[in-house]
Amino acid sequence: MADFLRNFGLPTVILVAEILAIIVPLLLAVAYLTFAERKVLAAAQLRKGPNVVGPFGLFQPLADGLKLLMKETVIPTGANRGVFIAAPILTFVLSLIAWAVIPFDDGMVIANINVGILYLFAISSLGVYGIIMAGWSSNSKYAFLGALRAAAQMVSYEVSMGFVMVSVLLCVGSLNLSAIVEAQRTVWFALPLLPMFIVFFISTLAETNRSPFDLVEGESELVAGFFVEYSSMTFALFYLGEYANMILMSAMTTVLFLGGWLAPFGWMPFTGALGHVWSMFWFFAKIAFVLFCFLWVRATMPRFRYDQLMRLGWKVFLPLSLFWLVATAGFLVTFGLLPGQG
Amino acid sequence: MDVGTVIHAICFYAFAGVAVASGVMVIAARNPVHSVLFLILAFFNAAGLFVLLGAEFLAMILVIVYVGAVAVLFLFVVMMLDINFTALRQGALQYLPIGALIGLILLVELVLVFGAWTMAPDFAASAVAPTPPIAQVTNTAALGALLYTRYIYAFQVSGLILLVAMIGAIVLTLRGREGVRRQKISTQVSRARADAVEVVKVRPRQGV
Repeated sequence: MADFLRNFGLPTVILVAEILAIIVPLLLAVAYLTFAERKVLAAAQLRKGPNVVGPFGLFQPLADGLKLLMKETVIPTGANRGVFIAAPILTFVLSLIAWAVIPFDDGMVIANINVGILYLFAISSLGVYGIIMAGWSSNSKYAFLGALRAAAQMVSYEVSMGFVMVSVLLCVGSLNLSAIVEAQRTVWFALPLLPMFIVFFISTLAETNRSPFDLVEGESELVAGFFVEYSSMTFALFYLGEYANMILMSAMTTVLFLGGWLAPFGWMPFTGALGHVWSMFWFFAKIAFVLFCFLWVRATMPRFRYDQLMRLGWKVFLPLSLFWLVATAGFLVTFGLLPGQG
Repeated sequence: MDVGTVIHAICFYAFAGVAVASGVMVIAARNPVHSVLFLILAFFNAAGLFVLLGAEFLAMILVIVYVGAVAVLFLFVVMMLDINFTALRQGALQYLPIGALIGLILLVELVLVFGAWTMAPDFAASAVAPTPPIAQVTNTAALGALLYTRYIYAFQVSGLILLVAMIGAIVLTLRGREGVRRQKISTQVSRARADAVEVVKVRPRQGV
């Protein structure tokens, strides 16, 4: 029995503790991201934003969460019950499980798998299912139209995202996320791959269905899009999933292009435990910066028209990323810089 | 028994069991959308089995390509179809014996193939040369090293076939319709103020 506990129990407890150590701060971050969004939008529009609940309105997310919890879960009569309930759960779960491979610091990662970036890509490409299932099972034309838009939009932008990732891989020679960060010690990939960085950032906006690509919700024509029939916790799960996905995509941008946990110019004044804190501080600071860009774009840009969205994805980003991929490969081979070569 | 083996076995039976069960549900489900969702579940469990085999690259590609792209299109089409599927399902049960027979034939063929499995005489020599030992390189690198050396022609040909299929699909469906008003982004962007607005000084009682 003692043997059993040592072999099974202890690793399980450690794993659960690690998972909780990521998920609890993540959910807190999601809550305060909604608050930050309202504050940033308010600042951009010369308003004050939420400022009533608690000091500076800091308890507003808690009040919002409580309000959502107290509401009634309404399931429409014509809805396909099982799929209707499964859709928000799927969205929420997918936004959490991707965090298993994100490296917060050297060695600080739950699953340091060899194909980390493919795993992230796979998880992000699954995100479309939550939306399609929600749209179809709601048995409402607005929700269904929103879901169809989402499917076309997310599949389109995934293609150019894939090419961007491949061009990063070419420079690194590994699919492991920690190796990708380590490869950026000399220079962050955002500089040599600047066009790819921009394509990736805009694609993440489309992939997370954020403004200016939030046609999936399109409240001006589709009421609220795919989640129009959802209420209470089922709605809250979609909401949490969307914001957790935003943070995830920011973390992905940070790892791929902004040097992950590396401080700028290799600035490393601390060692030991304080060094870890220092690295993680930079990781979170970069994520926060990318998130601010998400909110900034939302405050600045009007929504795209649907045909323009598709044109941008297929006729601009796809050729551009394909060309840049070939150019990167050609450059690396010509100058013998390809990892593993020579 | 070793702990790793036990966990491995439990995972295998869980993945395999769910894969088989969802495979059955694909053909048993009344609603075609449910069928596609079960198909996706089956893909997922197949990916899980790949991970158990240590083929992590194949597992991820299976999820990205089949679940992330192909099944989305399946779902898309099935949701848009306006067919009375209950009527379509009426006589489904009477085809069961034929289906079972085909399945049986496939099973027998598989058994025969695996029973008569022999290595090609030059396999040992050719396999050693291009691939480094599996323990030292990652799955992805080993696969790439083999695919882009020994099987490069097969790889290129399969790519060409896919390209031809894609062009064929476009040619078959693209119709040049008359009178379609298209938006020309370049002309819109290159429009200057001088082309669009003219400021006219209108004098009183004379008009433009």
